Amino acid sequence: MATLSFAGVEKRYGAVQVLHRVDLEVADGEFIVLVGPSGCGKSTLLRCIAGLEEITGGELRIDGRRVNDTAPRDRDVAMVFQSYALYPHMTVRENMGFALSLQKHPEAVARVADAAQMLGLTHLLDRFPRELSGGQRQRVAMGRAIVRRPKVFLFDEPLSNLDASLRNSVRVELRRQHAALRTTTVYVTHDQTEALTLADRIVVLNGGIVQQVGTPDELYFEPRNRFVAGFIGSPGMNFLERVADDVVGVRPNDVRIGAGPHEATVEVVEKLGFEAMVHLRVGTEVLVARVEGAVPSGTVRVDFARAYRFDRATGERRG
Amino acid sequence: MRAPSPVRVVATHAALVAITAATIFPVLWVLKMALSPSQSFTMSANPLPTEVSTANFAAVLGTQDATGAWLFGRQLFNSLVVSGVTAALGVALACTAGYALSRWSFPGRDRMMGAFLLTQMFPGVVMAIPLYLLLDTLGLLDSLTGLVLVYSTTTVPFATWNLKGYFDTIPKDLEEAAMLDGASRWVTFTRVILPLARPAIVVTALFAFMTAWNEFILAATLMGDERAYTLPVVLNGYVGEFGAEWGNFAAGAILVSLPVTALFFVLQRHLVEGLTAGGVKG
Repeated sequence: MATLSFAGVEKRYGAVQVLHRVDLEVADGEFIVLVGPSGCGKSTLLRCIAGLEEITGGELRIDGRRVNDTAPRDRDVAMVFQSYALYPHMTVRENMGFALSLQKHPEAVARVADAAQMLGLTHLLDRFPRELSGGQRQRVAMGRAIVRRPKVFLFDEPLSNLDASLRNSVRVELRRQHAALRTTTVYVTHDQTEALTLADRIVVLNGGIVQQVGTPDELYFEPRNRFVAGFIGSPGMNFLERVADDVVGVRPNDVRIGAGPHEATVEVVEKLGFEAMVHLRVGTEVLVARVEGAVPSGTVRVDFARAYRFDRATGERRG
Repeated sequence: MRAPSPVRVVATHAALVAITAATIFPVLWVLKMALSPSQSFTMSANPLPTEVSTANFAAVLGTQDATGAWLFGRQLFNSLVVSGVTAALGVALACTAGYALSRWSFPGRDRMMGAFLLTQMFPGVVMAIPLYLLLDTLGLLDSLTGLVLVYSTTTVPFATWNLKGYFDTIPKDLEEAAMLDGASRWVTFTRVILPLARPAIVVTALFAFMTAWNEFILAATLMGDERAYTLPVVLNGYVGEFGAEWGNFAAGAILVSLPVTALFFVLQRHLVEGLTAGGVKG
């Protein structure tokens, strides 16, 4: 159980600055998701918390203690790697118990048994990682972190090597684990769906700069700028460049077809069973609308239930 | 699957028989010479021994020095010690050096790797005289320590290259996971990296052992006293300028090759793993 505190945290590799003044307070037990496109600095920020990367500016505290110069092994954080990084020459039992065996922890055996029970790994304890499926390896990696009962869990895109259906069930499992353990968690993903479903709060990063920090609802309904508006939500927000002085943003759910000020032509319809994505042309611009029920065709009138306005130059939200 | 044509089957087998014969024939021939009671260099089409005598083996094994002490035993001991220590020392130094070269970049690293490679390019003959003078100055002529040092100058760089290459293939994630699990650099190295590099370590050790075991020119140059000889030098003694004891030479050759053959046999599982390692991602 621990808080995390970032004060002006920066990371440079020589002349290249990959993190710009990150300020963030993470509460005890909170589930924070770092999200952004590849190269945005989210994994670097995670590795800074782990101590695998050195911070070149600012201050990082874990539970109030400054850890800028603390070695990874003295930070009491556990990390689940994208590659899982299971020790190939050790059994599942040895993998999960490695950290506790180094400490000669008296409860090592019992804790491994408990975690294995919780994750459904009991029958696999004597197997080697090479004998496991991708999903099983993922659970062993989680088990190895859980066994330690660390102050902070770090996850680096832990689901990206799983197939889609497995990813959904592991996501639910992760939420359940967090509800049970209430360990402060920082989770990195490039998938905004994972971010929205898992997070207490989301940190959106782009180009090493924090764009916005907020709950999933805040980011979805009140994006601070055009980047966040476009990144969060699927399909993404439509941006109309030429209907007003500002850029107008409209979520596909907010496009009403039937009556309204704009004339549009139906170009493509993607049917998804319960709903359909209708691609409309408004003048020279393209707009996606999410439609339930009857699918329109030909020329239609369009209105926006809710529209956002963004500054054309800076991308800042103006209304 | 379609059965291959009879012509093809016959041709394949004929080729295999020819290659097998070419490989086995010299070995059988040496065996025949070793078992023959004479010391002559016999050439015959039949590689199978016609007479069997253990006289040559007895002669080679039973050699004695001027004081009547068991000379062959002493020389076998020399070879085993020199090769074993060269291999152990080479691998121990190469493990740590190779790991450092693989994981850290520091000024002069690439030059060092280049210099290591350079040491492999000079044949022993070229270095024989300078090394002789060096060891003479150090008082290490006729000493096993001197020979181990000389062999290490070539085996350590080779082993370092080999192991560095293998360490490069071990994902960094594994070390980072270990360090987050509370392991120090040293514990990470001994509990995670070394066990994973075992096949490469075995192969490297074997190569270092064999290089030292088979080396002749430097041993012949630096070892003047017959009690300091290693086995290749002993073997050479049987085919001298004024006469050749081919029977003893053959028996000696077989005796010398036995330990290496045994070592190969014991380590073959690791050997296959080691040679293919890196090709498959674990």
